[in-house]
Amino acid sequence: MSPIFYILAAVTLGGGLAAVLLRQLVHAALAATVAFAGLALLYLQLDAQFVGFAQVLVYIGAVAILIVFAILLTRGSEVPKDGVFSRTWAVGLVVAAAVFAVLGWAVLASLRALPLAEAAPAATVHEIGVALVGRYVLPLEIVGLLLTAATVGAVIVALHEKERPKQ
Amino acid sequence: MVSTSFFTALDRIFFLLRDWLVGFLPVALRPAAGVLLGVIAIVAVFPGFFALTTVFERKGLGRMQNRLGPNRVGPFGFFQPVADGIKALTKEDVVPYRSDRIVHFLAPLVLVVTVFLGFAVLPMGRNMVLADMDAGLLFFFAMGAATELSIFMAGWSSHNKYSLLGAMRGIAQMISYEVVLLLSAVSVVMIGGSLSLSKIVEAQNSYSGVFPHWYIFTPWGFAGFVVFAIAATAETNRSPFDLPEGESELVAGYHTEYSGFKFALFFLGEYLAMFSISGLGTTLFLGGWSAPLSFFDFVPSWIWFFGKVMLSIFVFIWMRGTLPRLRQDQLMNFAWKFVLPFTLLNLFVTALWRFLGEGWLRWAVCSAILVAAWALMGRVGMRRKHFGPRSYRYAE
Amino acid sequence: MTTPLAGYLLVAALLFAIGLAGALVRRNAILVLIGIELMLNAANLNLIAFWRYGPHPERLTGMMFAIFSIAVAAAEAAVGLGLVIAIHRHTNTTDLDKMNRMKG
Repeated sequence: MSPIFYILAAVTLGGGLAAVLLRQLVHAALAATVAFAGLALLYLQLDAQFVGFAQVLVYIGAVAILIVFAILLTRGSEVPKDGVFSRTWAVGLVVAAAVFAVLGWAVLASLRALPLAEAAPAATVHEIGVALVGRYVLPLEIVGLLLTAATVGAVIVALHEKERPKQ
Repeated sequence: MVSTSFFTALDRIFFLLRDWLVGFLPVALRPAAGVLLGVIAIVAVFPGFFALTTVFERKGLGRMQNRLGPNRVGPFGFFQPVADGIKALTKEDVVPYRSDRIVHFLAPLVLVVTVFLGFAVLPMGRNMVLADMDAGLLFFFAMGAATELSIFMAGWSSHNKYSLLGAMRGIAQMISYEVVLLLSAVSVVMIGGSLSLSKIVEAQNSYSGVFPHWYIFTPWGFAGFVVFAIAATAETNRSPFDLPEGESELVAGYHTEYSGFKFALFFLGEYLAMFSISGLGTTLFLGGWSAPLSFFDFVPSWIWFFGKVMLSIFVFIWMRGTLPRLRQDQLMNFAWKFVLPFTLLNLFVTALWRFLGEGWLRWAVCSAILVAAWALMGRVGMRRKHFGPRSYRYAE
Repeated sequence: MTTPLAGYLLVAALLFAIGLAGALVRRNAILVLIGIELMLNAANLNLIAFWRYGPHPERLTGMMFAIFSIAVAAAEAAVGLGLVIAIHRHTNTTDLDKMNRMKG
């Protein structure tokens, strides 16, 4: 394994862990951004340039900003006094550990069956574009529709509620 | 001919310089050293450019406002940036007591680093691009998106209402205009057929007669360039879109609580963002490093690139000296109700241009659609609008 | 010095577990959403890793999956955070332990 992979994995996992553990919500959101950036670099390590940049554009440029806006709009930047962890935190931790144990066991048990690295495939933007409007044109249209619906839906959900007359 | 080879050498002067410098090193280190030299060149040239621009801006604005501008330090005041730099370095670095120290420290660093990374994909001359990526345009926009987060970090961590309000305004404005910026660049990608910026320049680097095939000289390209220029001004928080740092209401916006060197970093980051977005506009619409008339081809390509960037920076300064600042609601309405629909229409027009084939028909059809849309939305639509006194939803 | 596929898969599994723990353990609705985003990202890493190492990378199947997944995740974040804001406006809390009534 190359040292770059170790560094990137450490950055990603550290960011994720900090996002889950930090008490201050804004810090957690920024830590999650570090994890997103680390993942983008991991994609670059995997020769997926387009997906890596799209990850930065969508996650850091849009999702992280949305999250911090939501935190400020819900006054989440003040740390609550009665703790940040749920009452049933032990159960959650056990479930997460169990899931990791199963996934890790599955990966380690199938080490022999896993394919080895071959020469890097050339996934140029041109090929991706041709695939998107060729073989994957229906999913592309559906995603377009989904994004439009989500935008309209999010605006309607978050719109100011009209004062309702008292019954 | 002697002169031809001289100009070719001048065009390649940076490569020759790099090869000469790298020649002192062992062969194994040469590729890495070459890349390192490219990075050093960018990191050295653009801050120097920044220093020059500050003094030009102050002098130019001074002339526009009928005064002299800085004229004390050095000949004609040209050493003013040196004095300013020394001042910024020796000032006390005040960090507010209640601020979030780590985030407060990281914000200017994130800004400057992401802005510098954007320069990596700009072709600044023939073959002069640090990283000729296949998805270069996407990389540029990804880095631009990352700067928004640094503005939030600065505004939030200062623990100051002016900073937070400035940051919120800045992010809202940058997100709104980023959509427009991306969509206006998409029309260039549709015609150029590549996300690689050097390929986009190549596609524009041909001439019919003496006139170049720049995208600005097409109906969709002209409309796209105007929209791009508006969005770029908003994206770099320049006047008339400088609400995030509107002095009359917000002190200095998100960098109110920054002083000394950190403030200088913010200042640097903003100017660098202006250079890089000018470079992108030049690359996408103004033919990048290609000469404006075919017989000027002998002039080194990088002179054209930097000349065009300088020109657009002059326009930035000119706008700052001319236009008054917008109001937040006007800014948002303008982005979502006028510029965005117009850009979407421009995408459609670009597709028409692509499929109508050569000839005068596509010129007539595309121009007619764009002019009609502009007249309808801008003239007729705005006439019916009444700009009455503003109602304050929360203050009353 | 190439990294084997198992390395990426283990990182993805660990990130998924971290995201799951975050979604289950934290009380704040926004942090639960962050946890879900981390889980989606872990899945994306798996998709890209399998695309890179699996047979027929030229068909771009895994990469397309990841691209669509990123788009869907963005939509999910927008709607999810819109819901959180709407609920906060209604009940004045984002604490999931306190959101225990079906009646508004």
